[in-house]
Amino acid sequence: MARGIRDKVAILGMGCAKFGERWDKDEDQLMLEAFEEAIGDAGIDSSQIDAAWLGAAFDAVNIGPSGIPLAMALRLDNVGVTKVENYCASGTEAFRGAVYAVASGAADIALALGAEKLKDIGYGGLPVRTRGTSYDMFGVTGSAPGNFAQLASAYRAQHGVAADDLKRAMAHVSVKSHANGAKNPKAHLQKAVTMDQVLGAPIIAEPLGLFDCCGVSDGAACAIVTTPEIARSLGKTDLVTVKALQLCTSNGWEMQGSGWNGSYFHTTRVAATRAYEEAGITSPREQLSLLEVHDCFSITELVTMEDLHISREGEGWRDVLDGFFDADGKIPCQIDGGLKCFGHPIGASGIRMIYENYLQLLGRAGERQRQNPPVFALSHNLGGMPIQNVSSIAIVGLADA
Amino acid sequence: MAAAGILGFGAYVPITRLQRAAIHAANRWYASGLGGLAKGEKAVSGWDEDAVTMAVEAARDCLGGSDRSAIGAVYFASTTAPFADRQNAGIVKEALNLGDTVGSLDAGGSQRAGTSALIAALRASADGGAVLHCAAERVTPTPASEREMLAGDAAAALLIGTGPVIAELVGTHSVTADFVDHFRETGELTDYDWEARWVRDEGYGRLMGDTIVAALEAFGVGGGSIDHFIAPVSVRGVPELLAKKIGIRPEAIADTLGSTVGHAGAAHPTLLLASVLEKATPGQTILLSSFGQGADVLLFRTTERIGEVRPRLGVSGWLARRRAEENYMRYLSFRRLIALDRGMRSEHDQKQSLPALWRNRKGVMALVGGRCTKTGTVQFPRGDVSVNPNDHAIRTQEDYPLAELPARIMTYTADRLTFTPDPPNCYGNIEFDGGGRLMAEFVDIDPQAIEVGAQMRMMFRIKAFDEMRHFRRYFWKAAPAF
Repeated sequence: MARGIRDKVAILGMGCAKFGERWDKDEDQLMLEAFEEAIGDAGIDSSQIDAAWLGAAFDAVNIGPSGIPLAMALRLDNVGVTKVENYCASGTEAFRGAVYAVASGAADIALALGAEKLKDIGYGGLPVRTRGTSYDMFGVTGSAPGNFAQLASAYRAQHGVAADDLKRAMAHVSVKSHANGAKNPKAHLQKAVTMDQVLGAPIIAEPLGLFDCCGVSDGAACAIVTTPEIARSLGKTDLVTVKALQLCTSNGWEMQGSGWNGSYFHTTRVAATRAYEEAGITSPREQLSLLEVHDCFSITELVTMEDLHISREGEGWRDVLDGFFDADGKIPCQIDGGLKCFGHPIGASGIRMIYENYLQLLGRAGERQRQNPPVFALSHNLGGMPIQNVSSIAIVGLADA
Repeated sequence: MAAAGILGFGAYVPITRLQRAAIHAANRWYASGLGGLAKGEKAVSGWDEDAVTMAVEAARDCLGGSDRSAIGAVYFASTTAPFADRQNAGIVKEALNLGDTVGSLDAGGSQRAGTSALIAALRASADGGAVLHCAAERVTPTPASEREMLAGDAAAALLIGTGPVIAELVGTHSVTADFVDHFRETGELTDYDWEARWVRDEGYGRLMGDTIVAALEAFGVGGGSIDHFIAPVSVRGVPELLAKKIGIRPEAIADTLGSTVGHAGAAHPTLLLASVLEKATPGQTILLSSFGQGADVLLFRTTERIGEVRPRLGVSGWLARRRAEENYMRYLSFRRLIALDRGMRSEHDQKQSLPALWRNRKGVMALVGGRCTKTGTVQFPRGDVSVNPNDHAIRTQEDYPLAELPARIMTYTADRLTFTPDPPNCYGNIEFDGGGRLMAEFVDIDPQAIEVGAQMRMMFRIKAFDEMRHFRRYFWKAAPAF
């Protein structure tokens, strides 16, 4: 087994732009907004950055190809900037690039920035786009809700869960995230909703209603990473270090093979197992303090609780209804509002999740601060669709944990 | 030369039956005179069907699970072929996964195209290989016209050849004369019809009637001995008028399917023949006629084998597979006779790379997947490396046709966000019996009645239109099993 990334890299500073419909801002302005907070938090000068990674998923829509948009937006010092795209895992992927650069010793200080400017496309939800010349000849050009909604049909069939029970558990996921988002000044949606509102909303893709779906947003988020030694030399005392970084990419087994039943994410299960091993976590249900998962849809969050080995298979919906993942529950999930309410500027989302976990670990999360001091915080991204996806997991924690 | 005849037959009628009363209810304010035709129903195909997809379904109905390697040529007849220059019969051939060493021919230009192609098929097959004769029609009549009331969408297919025929050809007779009862210039959508009384008296009564009389004289057969008289004419009273003129018994007149299907243009003679072949008994005579710039007449005599060869569903089976439609607006939208707001999501570019289509034509057009010769793992699409997690064997796959295999729903949704001309877009993962899976669009389905585990059957449909370059992409979709 590879030795892994645990405690080799520390977070020096983080920043996050206000997410939402930023009609008045270009993507480079959003990048700057996130960067200014991060570089101020890091207490360094931008000339100290050795390398940078940019995560953006829908580059064709706005941001454009290559690492140049980031280099230009921040006027970086002609360092190497790499643009990465890995569906909705693009943000975590950018973070992974920066962390690996530092861990390898190739860079002392590296920057990861995720950005997306989606609200220029003219309609809600994700842009319709090609999945490649070959796939487009036989694949279904469904919407994101349509792709993820199918989880519910298989989950009900696999676990014998009544449609109404699952619909209520899904609604609880969204009600909880809205309650959390209402306390977050940077969130796209800051309004609480009721169960009745959620259950009565128009159907987008059966059985997902409007409130079962996250919207998409404009936004950017930034992380500056270095080694724990350099961080301390720069005067940092409370260090948040990277405990695990795992990425798992579908190889076609779910889509083409046999054995997968359509009710869960094979990739997340694999990535979670590897991440806990890398982080030295043996009982995630007991040891994790916070979760920021890829709640693009309520059903995605629900099955992810099982895929992360926190809820037992077929029991996640019960934990949800029991309030296990509420802000005052055993493991709060989406304490910042999640994709559902913080918003989902695709390439930024993975770094936004780490940003929230970083703030929480350092006790800097303001009104939404978890009272029971957190130790390990997990973030999870999922890109693509259930049959074919990229799952990423980042676990960060206090350096001495 | 061996005697040629019919080896097999099949048909296809779309599931949707537009109620003529619903058409009239919408148009009565404008065309009150059509009330007399506002009875019964007509078959209308979906937004994702055309004459080619319907011909493929008719051919599959005809061929069933039988060996297709004996087919030497594919003929396709229609006046509404989707492509003016890309062989339509070639698309049918690819969808049926026939070998490349087959002949092919498109016929069109007249309501007589179906029977003329059939005569050519009978002559060609006498020399050797069997000919798969397909005819299909999907017209777009002018709204509030008489033709709109009378026309319907359907397809039929016959396997023509020598050997164990169920009906042998007795003779054919043709007249060509440029009698223009209606016309449609190339590239135009709708037909222009002349006065019905003139067409009835001079066209059907005289030109068509005289041709049939002359044909029977040439065959040496009296009208009274005809057991099934097929007069594919939708004008009320014309088959009876012809029968009387020719001396055919009224009870021998075949149902024109006017109240159930409507008139399927150049496909209608073949469709009615397929319908008659379901009911015919040994030793009967079937007189098939058609009209269009002249007339074709064919006389068949059934053999002892009639009844032994049956289509998968046949006309009667397709008629039973039915969904009554009251929504005339939906019909108009599917025919692009009204342009509903489609939203920005519909603007997705559907450009097809033709080299990619050529490379993948078996997978895309015929739904041929791969099967690993080492482990037996089935996958779609076929690839160089097996998806089997225990043995990623390289270059071990052989062709594995999936189109005729039953499949079951694993996951599903009814998507109201993504663009489709027929919302909600229902789709999900399906798994084929024996392995292999696919995320497939569902067709001919009630969005409220989809269940995990439900059995499905694949159908050849239009996947998407490239409206910038005027191309259509075909692929397979899953329908509730039938």
